[in-house]
Amino acid sequence: MSNGFTPVHAGGALASDAPAPATLKNVPNRGGAVNPSAAALKEHVGDAVKRVDVVCGETTVVVDRARVHDAIQWLHDDPAQRYDYLSDVTAVEFRDDERPIEVVWHLRSLPYRRFIRVKVLLERGSTLEVPTVWDIYRAANWLERECYDMFGIRFAGHPDLRRILMWEQYREGYPLRKDFPLRGRFSRSEQLRQALAANPEARYSMEELSIADAYEDLPTEMKRRLKAGEKTGE
Amino acid sequence: MSNVELHGDEPWITTKLDAFVNWGRKNSLWPMPFGTACCAIEFMAAAASKYDIARFGMERQAFSPRQADLLICAGRVPFKLAPVLRRIWQQMPQPKWCISMGACASTGGMFDNYAVVQGIDCIIPVDVYVPGCPPRPEGLLYGIMMLQKKVENERMSDRSLRNEMEPDAKSQLHIAPEVIDELSEPFGNSVHQTRSGL
Repeated sequence: MSNGFTPVHAGGALASDAPAPATLKNVPNRGGAVNPSAAALKEHVGDAVKRVDVVCGETTVVVDRARVHDAIQWLHDDPAQRYDYLSDVTAVEFRDDERPIEVVWHLRSLPYRRFIRVKVLLERGSTLEVPTVWDIYRAANWLERECYDMFGIRFAGHPDLRRILMWEQYREGYPLRKDFPLRGRFSRSEQLRQALAANPEARYSMEELSIADAYEDLPTEMKRRLKAGEKTGE
Repeated sequence: MSNVELHGDEPWITTKLDAFVNWGRKNSLWPMPFGTACCAIEFMAAAASKYDIARFGMERQAFSPRQADLLICAGRVPFKLAPVLRRIWQQMPQPKWCISMGACASTGGMFDNYAVVQGIDCIIPVDVYVPGCPPRPEGLLYGIMMLQKKVENERMSDRSLRNEMEPDAKSQLHIAPEVIDELSEPFGNSVHQTRSGL
């Protein structure tokens, strides 16, 4: 991560006579102008870039799983790219059994007004694990948790990889996977029974409390209990 | 008070006291809005100046369950929220009533999926179901008037009315698990559960 904070305004890295941003018109479905960052990334990570697609005016770069962290780190750090905003981390699974599961990162460069989509293809039968980008973008924390919750993709190095939408004791699997039945795996009464067994107040972990900056304000006794691993509300 | 039914075997003073207490209760129901989705928007419309549920004695909305008489569950309830809703119901003091507003709260509605409770009556007892997706404010007003009729006809001598109605101790549900499973048929582990058949 770069040291020191320099405020960057949208379009601030462009020349002063750069055209004002405008909605693109008549963009073809496939093909068209490629984001210059794709070629630059190819120069930097070489063979790790497997494919570059342009769909509806947006550039997609398919990167090798082992190098994806390097690629995103470079896109973030390089002064000529400056992808400073991670807008989404998600995954795509196709009904076709042969097609690999795709993990997708949406990156945006506010200073250069660019958008790039980075993909990793996870072959069927391989372990569903990709490196975390939490050390580059703090925003990745909850996005990766959601992706883990819905698709079961593990993000190696994530500080707190727990379910985020479903409750933590959820045992039925990963809801957005294609082999997941729409109504879940358990019967309705069993689902209700398990949901009601949860204690709605025992849900704040140490991490969540420190995120809220509430920790410093807590009484000493409660701090001691939290440090010992106790959850609130129990 | 004219349509209060008189019960032959009860003393005159009891029936008159019932009528008086019920008249007070039905005209000062304090609602606790439990709004989770678009039904809550319609509830807000019903509470605002045009429809104005203050005309029915609901001037004061209780945002604490401990000071509420009426729980209005407006919107879908996911499984993760089920223990919260039940806790809120248990925190409300007697006498208390519940309106299930909209298709999702009453039956799960269009969300027949892994995340949504198929009707809050599995978790808490419900007095009035208001259909609609979402119901218009008039629909909610009609439900409130039906509930007022119900309140009007309660009798103090009938102790069962004010029972806490504890859920089944084993399953913690208000409807027997077998009944829930029978009602939610067809249900299986097939992956072909999408309505489109794809």
